[in-house]
Amino acid sequence: MLLIQCPYCAVERPELEFRYGGEAHIARPESPSELTDEQWADFLYMRSNPKGVMAERWRHVHGCGRFFNALRDTVSDRFLAVYKAGEPRPAIEVSAPAAPNKETGR
Amino acid sequence: MTQIRRTRSGGRIDRSQPVRFTFDGRELTGFAGDTLASALLANDEHLVGRSFKYHRPRGILTAGSEEPNALVGVTRSPGSGTPNLRATQVELHEGLSARSQNRFPSLGFDIGAVNDLLSPLFVAGFYYKTFMWPKSFWNRVYEPFIRAAAGLGVAPTAPDRDRYANRYAHCDVLIAGAGPAGIAAALSAAEVGARVILADEQAEMGGALLHETGATVERQPADRWLEAALAELAANPRVTLLLRTTAFGYFNHNYIALGERVTDHLAVPDPDLPRERLWQVRARQVVIAAGSIERPLVFPENDRPGVMLAEAGRIYANRYGVLPGRSIAVATACDTAYRAALDIHAAGGSIAVIADLRERPDEALVAEARAAGIRVETSCVVTGVLGRKRVRSVLLGRLRSGSVTAAGTVNADCLLMSGGWTPNVSLHSQSRGKLVWDAERGAYLPGAAVQAERSAGSCAGVDGLAAVLADGAHAGAEAAREATGTAHAPRQIVAEGGEAGIGWVLGALPHDRDAARVRAFVDYQNDVTAKDVKLAVREGMHSIEHIKRYTTTGMATDQGRLSNMNALSIASTALNRPVPEVGLTTFRQPYTPVSFGTLATTSRGDLFDPVRKTPIHGWAAGQGAAFEDVSLWKRAWYFPRGGEDMHRAVERECRTVRESVGLFDASTLGKIEVVGPDAAEFLNRIYTNPWLKLGPGRLRYGLMLNEAGFIMDDGVVGRLAEDRFHVTTTTGGAPRVLAHMEDYLQTEWPDLKVWLTSTTEQWAVIAVQGPKAREAIAPLVDDIDLATEALPHMSMREGHVMGGIPCRLFRMSFTGEAGYELNVPPSRAREVWEAVWANVEKLGGCAYGTETMHVLRAEKGYIIVGQETDGTVTPDDVGMSWAIGKKKRDFVGMRSLARPDLVAEGRKQLVGLLTRDGTALLEEGAQITREAVPALKTPALGHVTSSYVSPAAGRPIALAMIADGRARMGETLHVPMPEGAITVEVVPPVFVDPEGARLNV
Repeated sequence: MLLIQCPYCAVERPELEFRYGGEAHIARPESPSELTDEQWADFLYMRSNPKGVMAERWRHVHGCGRFFNALRDTVSDRFLAVYKAGEPRPAIEVSAPAAPNKETGR
Repeated sequence: MTQIRRTRSGGRIDRSQPVRFTFDGRELTGFAGDTLASALLANDEHLVGRSFKYHRPRGILTAGSEEPNALVGVTRSPGSGTPNLRATQVELHEGLSARSQNRFPSLGFDIGAVNDLLSPLFVAGFYYKTFMWPKSFWNRVYEPFIRAAAGLGVAPTAPDRDRYANRYAHCDVLIAGAGPAGIAAALSAAEVGARVILADEQAEMGGALLHETGATVERQPADRWLEAALAELAANPRVTLLLRTTAFGYFNHNYIALGERVTDHLAVPDPDLPRERLWQVRARQVVIAAGSIERPLVFPENDRPGVMLAEAGRIYANRYGVLPGRSIAVATACDTAYRAALDIHAAGGSIAVIADLRERPDEALVAEARAAGIRVETSCVVTGVLGRKRVRSVLLGRLRSGSVTAAGTVNADCLLMSGGWTPNVSLHSQSRGKLVWDAERGAYLPGAAVQAERSAGSCAGVDGLAAVLADGAHAGAEAAREATGTAHAPRQIVAEGGEAGIGWVLGALPHDRDAARVRAFVDYQNDVTAKDVKLAVREGMHSIEHIKRYTTTGMATDQGRLSNMNALSIASTALNRPVPEVGLTTFRQPYTPVSFGTLATTSRGDLFDPVRKTPIHGWAAGQGAAFEDVSLWKRAWYFPRGGEDMHRAVERECRTVRESVGLFDASTLGKIEVVGPDAAEFLNRIYTNPWLKLGPGRLRYGLMLNEAGFIMDDGVVGRLAEDRFHVTTTTGGAPRVLAHMEDYLQTEWPDLKVWLTSTTEQWAVIAVQGPKAREAIAPLVDDIDLATEALPHMSMREGHVMGGIPCRLFRMSFTGEAGYELNVPPSRAREVWEAVWANVEKLGGCAYGTETMHVLRAEKGYIIVGQETDGTVTPDDVGMSWAIGKKKRDFVGMRSLARPDLVAEGRKQLVGLLTRDGTALLEEGAQITREAVPALKTPALGHVTSSYVSPAAGRPIALAMIADGRARMGETLHVPMPEGAITVEVVPPVFVDPEGARLNV
């Protein structure tokens, strides 16, 4: 079971208190109606699934209830950083070759 | 025959305390401090089990948890007990009742042993070959046969009456294994003030110190020093010592599972104690001090009872005061076996020969053995043993430049063997640490750590007592420094004796026997021979992972701790590739078998899941309601009267609601209070419906989609004020909906000023439905005008009932009848319910349950999310395009509704179905086809989602999702069933009051 640091509570807690929220930094488009079917399908379904450092969303669901982001190495399962929603992704080198990151919006 | 192999003195057993036990019903005696294995050996019992595949007679091979052969069932009471326990770990207690396994009718005469004669049929991968033909035999003949023959022990038949406990713990340093390295590590770590947990799977701590009778530590005999060291640790409040506790799983982020066996060793356990306890430990640092395991030699008939590992023989002699045989031969490639022979000799045993594979073993050891009168043969290999249920004699061969010539027979009833030592890297491997091949030692050693762990002592390849103690002390100090930040020099411990084990051999030994007829076992428990491994390679299995699965070597409960290195070496020879290039399979959790009770701990029966009950539950139970589980809730299902069955009760309840009035407990509905200046805008984005213009005091049915455009929940939403909404969700969907809302609010629209609060348990909901609903509640309402003009359908008021009880009164319906829902505080709910009930009873009404609620809503064609929908259904699919705000710019899921596959022809649509004969009740989930007897592989048009007998329609009705359903009104279709197809007609999905006139009475 992972140990995860909540950046809002500033405490380390077992994975049981958290819920995984998928890849981070995939912002919902401002005007979905203006997107083509391909663009919208891309937003809905396409994820980078990297081997190495992954930016992902977690929610401290049985704690403060806040969503936050984390950088986790998907090879070692180590958390490299946690940061609050809205903050930029910390610059941490990718340890293994990763697929191009699909980032839309902010 | 009583304990004829017991030495006259010595050992850690208590000779003043005889203990009676039974093995296969025979009464035997041992001493307190014995294991079942040592007590059986004391009685000269070597034959203790039958092997898995060939049913070969098997004896006790080891003295530890890696034992592959001596697996027994221990019975506690009729129907309960534990199968497959290792006799080497079962502690003797008065009245212990153990049975051998995998034999019929008896251990001595076993019919299954015919498999041994048929062994050519059961070679590696036999189940892929033997049972291939004819195909029809698989289900009827082969599988039942294999199932009956497979497995060793017999599962208990009675429910487990024991209790299992669970405990969480944190520590600075967890030490797995309390041998010399583990104890030295604990002493050093404790000195810094670290919180230490020291766990050992045995009944006593000390590991090798318990049988290193010749060694001294700090100038004291090893056991004396051990006693003092353990006393020092026990006196330290920051140290937890766990006996009979196996670190069986090393998981992510230094999370380690320990299994503590609390009472199995006691004749009369304290009823307040659990049988086993699961420790879930989060350790800052881990020291693995798991020791090393002696390796068997692979020679023909190496599985006969009487063949044992050399160090095991030494342990039985020194620790348990038991000689493993009358006349003992020793075969070795390693120095440590000399110490075993000398110790057994000193204890009064007779050593027939030491056959050393090596040409020039350590001269001093050979001289010491010969001085004791022991015959030592060098360049000498064991080529087999005679005797079936017990070794009678040992065949020796002379090794000369790789070839073997017969060198005579030695009479012996026990053969001790040593192929050298395998460092126990299981936990390191579980922690995802890599292993590195050490060609010098012929062993895999722990490589770089991935987690905060280090291996110490012989599991790290350190040899000899003094070096092991020093390495342990260093590891303990190091771990404590990293965990606490406090540095301290490791404890200096002087030791003499307990020499290093020099020398090893891997793989199958050469012999002069007929290779076609003899078998040398690599994996005892799974009956895998050296030939099987070679055969697997010949048949194209070149990866060790494939060889493992094809032969099942290393897949037994010891996970290959005894067999892996030999199998690897044989595969490496057959593949003509060096060992490290063949690779190594991964060690997995659990280290040794763990009972289901330990894993389940307290999560059984009533404690498996929490139960949620509404404030009305007690009343419903008092009325004799039947309940059903809806998520964690207990909901009243129906209220039978005077011996009614469910069908009759539901029919009466349905009629009563439509004719007069019914009372329904809707408290389980999820409720969320949405508050803030942007609350309406937020709901506008979350739901398909428009909310901005909904006036305070009005209700609206809300439909919620996920971003992919599929229905995820629905419920009625009331606007209490400009900035305050009372949202309801489905019973099971409440947490999911709140999480969905929080997700969008926090991460997509953090600019919106909205607060979300779960109020599910703040409001009990009393639904009153039916033409007399108003009459039933009117006398109780304090300050709300119930006239239709003042409170029309789909509106709400906040007020009071029964002289001041706060109430959010909704006028709404899920039945098609006029109705109200009274939201009241749970603490007053029972009171209000009973008052309403009194009126309902006077009016000839009834209470109704969820089944009637389902029938009434189906009669009206109202969907239930999760019943009509399955996560692939859009609003249009269920005819609810009306719920979509046409002028909205955006809402969650809106863009997806325009995706090509969501607007394509042929999507399944909600329709009603009536059976042609008017009596058949369709089965929910049944498929619907065009033809009564469709050709094979014809895709179904759709499926039945809801089906009930409708009292209002006077016949069974059904809802269904059918491709292009709305264009099929009036069509005749079929529902194929095992008894024959049922003919149905497609109709609109509303069976009662399609205009909705009854809502407005």
